[in-house]
Parts: sequence; structure tokens; C-alpha cells
Amino acid sequence: MSKHTLSVLVENKPGVLARVSGLFSRRGFNIDSLAVGETEHAEISRITIVVNADESPLEQVTKQLNKLVNVLKIVELDPVQSVQRELVLVKVRADRAVRSQVLETVNLFRARVIDVASDTLTIEATGTADKLDALLRDLEPFGIKEMVQSGMVAIGRGSRSITTGPALRAA
Amino acid sequence: MTRPTPEIIAHRIHATPATVAAQAAHGGHAERQQPAERPVPAQQPAPVKVTGAQSLVKSLESLGVEVAFGIPGGAILPLYDPIYDSSVRHILVRHEQGAGHAATGYAQATGKVGVCIATSGPGATNLVTPIADAYMDSVAIVAITGQVARPAIGTDAFQEADIQGITLPITKHNYLVQTPEEIPQILAEAFHLASTGRPGPVLVDVPKDVLQAQTTFSWPPTLDLPGYRPTMHPHGKQIREAARLMSSAKRPVLYVGGGVLKAGATEGLLKLAELTGIPVVTTLMARGAFPDSHPQHLGMPGMHGTVAAVYALQKSDLLIVLGARFDDRVTGQLESFAPDAAIVHADIDPAEIGKNRAADVPIVGDAKYVIDELLGAIATEQAAGRTGDRTAWWGQLDDLRQRYGPGYDEPTDGTLAPQYVIERIGKLVGPDAIYCAGVGQHQMWASQFIKFEKPYSWLNSGGAGTMGYAVPAAMGAKVGMPDTAVWAIDGDGCFQMTNQELATCALERIPIKVAVINNGNLGMVRQWQTLFYGERYSNTDLGTHKHRIPDFVKLAEALGCIGLRCETKEDVDKTIEAAMAINDAPVVIDFVVGKDAMVWPMVAAGTSNDEIMFARGVRPAFDEDEL
Repeated sequence: MSKHTLSVLVENKPGVLARVSGLFSRRGFNIDSLAVGETEHAEISRITIVVNADESPLEQVTKQLNKLVNVLKIVELDPVQSVQRELVLVKVRADRAVRSQVLETVNLFRARVIDVASDTLTIEATGTADKLDALLRDLEPFGIKEMVQSGMVAIGRGSRSITTGPALRAA
Repeated sequence: MTRPTPEIIAHRIHATPATVAAQAAHGGHAERQQPAERPVPAQQPAPVKVTGAQSLVKSLESLGVEVAFGIPGGAILPLYDPIYDSSVRHILVRHEQGAGHAATGYAQATGKVGVCIATSGPGATNLVTPIADAYMDSVAIVAITGQVARPAIGTDAFQEADIQGITLPITKHNYLVQTPEEIPQILAEAFHLASTGRPGPVLVDVPKDVLQAQTTFSWPPTLDLPGYRPTMHPHGKQIREAARLMSSAKRPVLYVGGGVLKAGATEGLLKLAELTGIPVVTTLMARGAFPDSHPQHLGMPGMHGTVAAVYALQKSDLLIVLGARFDDRVTGQLESFAPDAAIVHADIDPAEIGKNRAADVPIVGDAKYVIDELLGAIATEQAAGRTGDRTAWWGQLDDLRQRYGPGYDEPTDGTLAPQYVIERIGKLVGPDAIYCAGVGQHQMWASQFIKFEKPYSWLNSGGAGTMGYAVPAAMGAKVGMPDTAVWAIDGDGCFQMTNQELATCALERIPIKVAVINNGNLGMVRQWQTLFYGERYSNTDLGTHKHRIPDFVKLAEALGCIGLRCETKEDVDKTIEAAMAINDAPVVIDFVVGKDAMVWPMVAAGTSNDEIMFARGVRPAFDEDEL
């Protein structure tokens, strides 16, 4: 099994996410990460799905996804040929004694402090899953009070765009 | 394992915009291969003011709908007012499941889209079984359901059910109508989706207040389906490769599925078979796609297929799979299925290719175009002098056919043989009729012992295996084909699930024939108990023999039908002929048959096709040395 990142362009209509995510669970796939948002075309949404799967079942689920009427296009993004990012917001214990150490870690990872309280700092960081894992590992000793993570979003490198093409002209 | 190529993963990218004008989705078998693609007329008639319900009925009329099967109820009530004056014939069924299967039977017999209507909540959920059934067998039906008014959605209102959510995995697509303005477009899209590409059920859920609201109606609407573009025409290179393999294979078999019927490709299939001399097997969904009387026809493959058909697939060096999907009932244990065969797999649904068995030559396309193009490519091969020599292959197959032909043992206890009854119905009623079966032993015997010569003469629930399918599906088929005799071959278990629709048949003058093959038991389950559960008959005796409850003759009469009973071999022909002579009322025949008859040949579930049993304890002797 290996990780695959699928970019799924769908019509921005009610219930589309349920159709897509339902198809994965029905076919026995566990979605590692999922992110949905609008694209540069208001009528098109983009779902980025990360799944851990063998290639043959993945091909089957991709073909089944393609059969969904609201699905316009599916592209598997190569990890080398694309840029992949996640966002994490994390609330870390940081009283006077350790605050400077926490800030040092924040700077090392080029993260940002977005909220300050007397005994905590809330940190925002973006990056690859590996980078965020490393950041969290370094923050762990201080005490993580709360954490929230987004699904991964990804985009291909270079000038080519997956949101152009005849199939998408109607949108 | 291959990685999905960019072409496969984004096969729609090459498509032109699928924004097309609506056209009547009602073409019938011959004309429905090509998705609608007409420019939007420059001038549309001026919109007229109507209610949402009127707009829906006008849409159905504009789509050419002749008949709809349904039952009114609270949420769908506004729709039933304009239906009262409509050219659409509404047939009031007794249970929504009957409406759904009737729509399916109508669609399978005529090639048009079947329509069923139900109210919200339990009305809609009663359609779930027939919708799942139509999904598994790729039948074009449109289900219209009422929904509670928009402000009440999500409040657990009276008779509310999220039928769109419930039917997500069992429809090709479904809609919850949000505004009355979108009704014509959604209806046109629903019919287009149901009937093109790989056909399937589409559900349209309409809130009550949308039906009541004022709107305007104009026709035709513009379809907006940018993500829907079925591939009709196969890739030329793949066709040439398939033809090359077909012209050199020593032991090829044409494995024909229901897709050939759906594509209206049976004439082409006959030409292809005769041009190449390749043996043909037809799956349960494809019975009738190739004449049973044809010398190249080996019969049905699979769990209860003929020895010759099963053997041919197992020993083949090339399977040419047309509109079929390697169902487990055909392949048996997948790992040992047709181990030496290269696979040419043609299907209109790209997801079927490689799903269960990897294809050496994958072909995405409509079976009609695939076959037409194969004919040309084969002719080219033959002109170059390349024709496979299949003399040895046919020698083996003919020998097997002769040694292990269709047949059955007369019951030793003096009871009537169910196979005999079904065989005689097929003989006396003939190949022009439509036969419709439930699910179980009687279904398998009907497939084995009726000789199908024509396409669309065999309707059954293949994929889902829905008991209770036969009576309502026969009703729908008879409505669509009023001049054709329609016989339901049903079991006593199946019959008790949906026989209420006989009241509909009686009142609506739909004179179907129902042959109840009454063995007093859930016969197929009992057969498995005999073979695999040490003859412990847990909950399979229905009491229809022991107590004659219900008495099917009296039941038939109570439902406004004519009831006949036959208990002896001598009476079989007379009873069938008596039923055939009645054309003004539905007829039910209670054929009281022995309970111990079993369906043979059989490949036990989960075992290899190589383990096929010709009869209990009898394995066919395959001459391995010849191969």
C-alpha cells in the first residue's frame, strides 16, 4: 500500500461531497485526508483526497469516481511533480519560563504566533505533512493543549493547469 | 498491477461539452445507442405559466412517456392532479415495489425508459428494492418520489425519509429538486442519464411545495451534464488487436452479457459468431441475445450453466467478453477461472474493465459499435488469409454437448417434475413470448429449459436476485408489449412476495400468465440445505403443499384472475393450453411439483468452475489429454 493524492474536480452542487466520500467508504477505502474548496471557477469545487491504497483497487475506485455525474475530472498528483501543503493550528503551553524556547521553535519552522494568552501561545504553521509532524514533535514537550489540522491541498508544479480543458468549458 | 494512465484517470478530458438539448429518451431497443446531441433550437415556444406539478407532467409528456406505475400519497398528491388529465397512462399498483419492478419489466421488454412514482417516506423506501435491482441489472428507469415541503426537510417531518441519501449507492444518479424552475431540465437529464451509456435507475425527489409552486414551463430544456460523456466508439487500435487475437486463437469463446441486448447488438453478434465460427455462451442476463437453436451456442455459463459452456470458458485460450462483467456467478472462484485465456474485454463502462479480471485488450465502447468494428477488422484478417483452425476445439465441445446435454431425472416419488412443466411451457407457448422469472430454482430451470430464440424475450432479476420480481415485471412487460404473450415463471416463495399486483393486472386488463412452480418450499435454499447443511431443512418449508396455505387457485380468484391447478404430468399440456386460450384476464396456474428436484449442473459457491457437478455425485469426465 502506498499514499496517493487525488485531485477531484467536481460541480459545485449540494451533496457532491457525500457522493465522493461515500464511494470511498463503500468500496472499503479509508480516506487519510480530505480537503474541499472552490476553484478559480465558481461552478467548480476541488476535492483533494489522500488515500493509502494498492494501485489496482485505487484504479477501480478512480474509475467508479469518474462515473459520478458531478465529477468532472480526476488527476493523481505525483508527489515530486506537485506541491503539497497542510495547515495546523496548535495551542501550546508557554508560560514565562519556556515562552522564549517555544518562540525559538516557531521561528525555526517558519511558523507564526496568531494568539497570545498568559500561559499559552497559539501557533499557525503550513507545510508538508513531514514538516508539520516535526514541528509538533518539537512542541510536544511543552504541552499541546489543543490542535486542529486541515486536510492536504496540492497543486501541480509548472505552468500547466488541470482546471482547463474541453470538459471544463461548460463550467 | 498497472497504474491508472492519465487517459484512464481523466478519460473525460477529451470530451466535447456535454451540454446538449433534450430529446425524447424513448427510442426503443433499436434507436437508443447514441446519446442525445442536438443543437438547442433557436426559437423555443413561449413559456407557459403552470404549477410545478403541471411542469413535471408536461415534462413526462414531452419525453414521450406512455405509462407510469405508482401510488399517490400526501407529498406526491399535487402531482396526481395533473396526471388525472394527462396522456400518460398511470397504472395504480398495490405496493410501490410492484411499481418499481413493473417499470423495470417495461424497460427491459421495450427498450424505453420505465417510470415509477411514489410518495415520500415509506412510499419512497418501498422503491429501494426495485431501484437496487435495476441498478444491478443496468435497467433504465426513472423513479419520481414526493418529498416533504422544503421548510420541513431535515425536521423528521411526517413521512420524511432522505431518499436521495438512501439511494446514493443504488442509482446511476439522483436529484432533490430545489426549485420548480428546474423541473423540466432535471426530468430531461434524468431520462438522458437513465437511457444512455450504461443504463441505470435515476431518482428524482420533489418536495411538495415545489410541486405546488407557480413556475413556467418551456420545452426543450438544455441539459447541463459536463461530467457525463459515455464513450460509445471503441478505439481502433484495440479493435484491430482483438481481431488479430480472434483470428489466431485455437480455443476462443464469445462470452456474451446483457450489454449486447442493451446496445441492440444481437444482429451484429450473430454475424460476428458466424463470420468467425467461434462458440458463444450467453449469461443469465443475455439469454435470448443469441438463438438457443444456433449450432454455435453452448448455452449459459456459470453456477448452473451447461457443462459445455463452463468447460469452454475454463479451457479457452481467448475470451472475447462483450457487455459482461465477470460476475462471481459466472466465474466461480475467480483465481481459477479460465486460467489459460487471454482476455478481450469490451464494455461501455470503463470501471468494469479490469475490475474482476485483468484485460489483455481493454475496449471501452457500446457493444453495437464494438461488434460492428470487429466485423470489419475480422474481415481484413480473413482477407489476409488468417483464420483460426477450430476443428479440434469444436470436436471437444461437441463431444461434451452430446455427453452432458440438458436433461433431468424424473422424480422417483411420482411427483411432477418442475423441469418438465417449464420445458412444456417453453415448447407450447413458443419463442415469440416474453418469459419473466423470479429468483431461485424455477429461474434457473426457466433459463435452462426454455429455448430462447429472440432478444428481449427473457426478463429476470440477475444481479440482485430479487424474489418477487416476476409478477410485477411481467405486468410492466405486458403493458409495454400488449400484443405479446407474457408468462411469469414464478416460485411459490417468490409469488407470495408480490402477487398483490395481480389485482392491478385484473383491474387494468393486463392479461399476464403466471405459472407458479409450487414445490412447497424455498427450493433453492432447500437445495443448498440438502447439499451443504446435512439435509437440515431449517425454515424452508412454506406449507403451501402440506396445508395448501394459501390456496393459489382461490387466491388468484380473489385477486380477479383465473386460477388453474395442475398436479399430474398428463394434465400439464392441457392446463398450459387452457391458459393460452384465455386472453381477457390474468391467469395463475398452480403447478404442484415435487420438492426434491434440484438444479444441475452446479458449481458450488466459492469453488472453481473445474469442480462443476453434472448431477449429484457426478463429475463430468474431461479428457485432459486432448488439451
